[in-house]
Amino acid sequence: MGLAKRIIPCLDVENGRVVKGVNFVDIRDAGDPVEIAIRYNEQGADEITFLDITASHEGRDTTVHTVEKIAEEVFIPLTVGGGIRTVQDIRTMLNAGADKVSINTAAIHNPELVRESAERFGSQCIVVAIDAKRVDDVEGRPRWEIFTHGGRRPTGLDAVAWAVRMAELGAGEILLTSMDRDGTKNGFDLGVTRAITEAIEIPVIASGGVGNLDHLVDGILLGGADAVLAASIFHFGEYTVPEAKAYMAARGIEVRL
Amino acid sequence: MSGVVAVIDYGMGNLHSVASALAHAGADKVVVTHDARQIRAADRVVFPGVGAIRDCMAEIRRLECDQLLADALVGQHKPVLAICVGMQALMTHSEENGGVPCLNVIPGEVRYFGNPLVGADGQRLKVPHMGWNEVRQTRDHPLWQGIADGTRFYFVHSYYVDAVQRELVAGSVDYGVCADAALARDNLFAVQFHPEKSHTAGLQLLRNFLEWNGKC
Repeated sequence: MGLAKRIIPCLDVENGRVVKGVNFVDIRDAGDPVEIAIRYNEQGADEITFLDITASHEGRDTTVHTVEKIAEEVFIPLTVGGGIRTVQDIRTMLNAGADKVSINTAAIHNPELVRESAERFGSQCIVVAIDAKRVDDVEGRPRWEIFTHGGRRPTGLDAVAWAVRMAELGAGEILLTSMDRDGTKNGFDLGVTRAITEAIEIPVIASGGVGNLDHLVDGILLGGADAVLAASIFHFGEYTVPEAKAYMAARGIEVRL
Repeated sequence: MSGVVAVIDYGMGNLHSVASALAHAGADKVVVTHDARQIRAADRVVFPGVGAIRDCMAEIRRLECDQLLADALVGQHKPVLAICVGMQALMTHSEENGGVPCLNVIPGEVRYFGNPLVGADGQRLKVPHMGWNEVRQTRDHPLWQGIADGTRFYFVHSYYVDAVQRELVAGSVDYGVCADAALARDNLFAVQFHPEKSHTAGLQLLRNFLEWNGKC
């Protein structure tokens, strides 16, 4: 027996409400983030990830307030991401009660932010989020590129090489989302998950595409992920966290029951 | 009655979660402070820590938290709970940041997990050790009350404690090596994991701390 694989429900939050779109459109309202976080805490989720997709400044104040309320009620690790651009943004979220902060686009524009924040706050609280899309090379060999702006803008960066660089700069964890799969319920992109978990020493959270419990199992056993993240299967009551854990345990995966 | 719990704040990160978990566990009053008077007046002391050890030690010494801790432990004999880097700071020396002398309250080393780190069955283990792992209770202690042996707690660390006096080890965790997860001596209990992030088991440990008379 050893370290358990983690199950992480994800709250995509816009203007103080949990939403979840399919391929970043078709947003459905899933409810109040504080209530939902408390429910997952009670169900035995191993962590909670809170991704702020609000664009406006006013909305971001709401986010800080929501994070504070969740941190008062939920005694499992909380990761907050979305719109984190500066060391001050990271400090604001840590002070609001986040245990880890996820950096995405800002790391691409300024990789030194990862080094600086890891040195200042410790690697344990710096998560780098990678949004990858499959773009095979001319000979058809699999390759994954990082995209920004909800998967619309290519960066030219190779996702695996980027993960290695982020780990070297001091990231404590990688949150890997397949932009091809996100919201589709067709399962993780296991190719990129496996490629990145094999390339780096820090933990990897697989994200994007979970539609059933076999997908969670595959992310761990085939993708080699240390944790699996899912949103809609939990939000809309298709499965509970205990059901997911029991299913994974029955397939030989070590989980916290 | 828990009385007043002082969480020693030496400026290294957010201590709200520790404070709110203590309040949730039933603390009468929690103060987050490095004010000597408030810490001396408290009934119990929590010594937390996050971040890199060199910066932590520098701030602990600059704010004279080392002296406040010594007063609580030896002078006033109050129950003290050290958490994560707070536990590591109690040891003699840490390998982190190229080697940093620590408080030497408990003789021992803080060592790097090693890279690559390999598990018992040959699989590669990631560093940091991040997530829920089983804590083996190596001896009875009032802070384990109501917590089953082998219960999982939340860990996040790249360096681990290796105490010289093995009889002080109250809990251990396997992660490539056998690391000290909890140390106990008189009125001091120190844990590598985060009780404030360990759900019901963590809250139970904090509840036990709030009821503890400092004897074991």
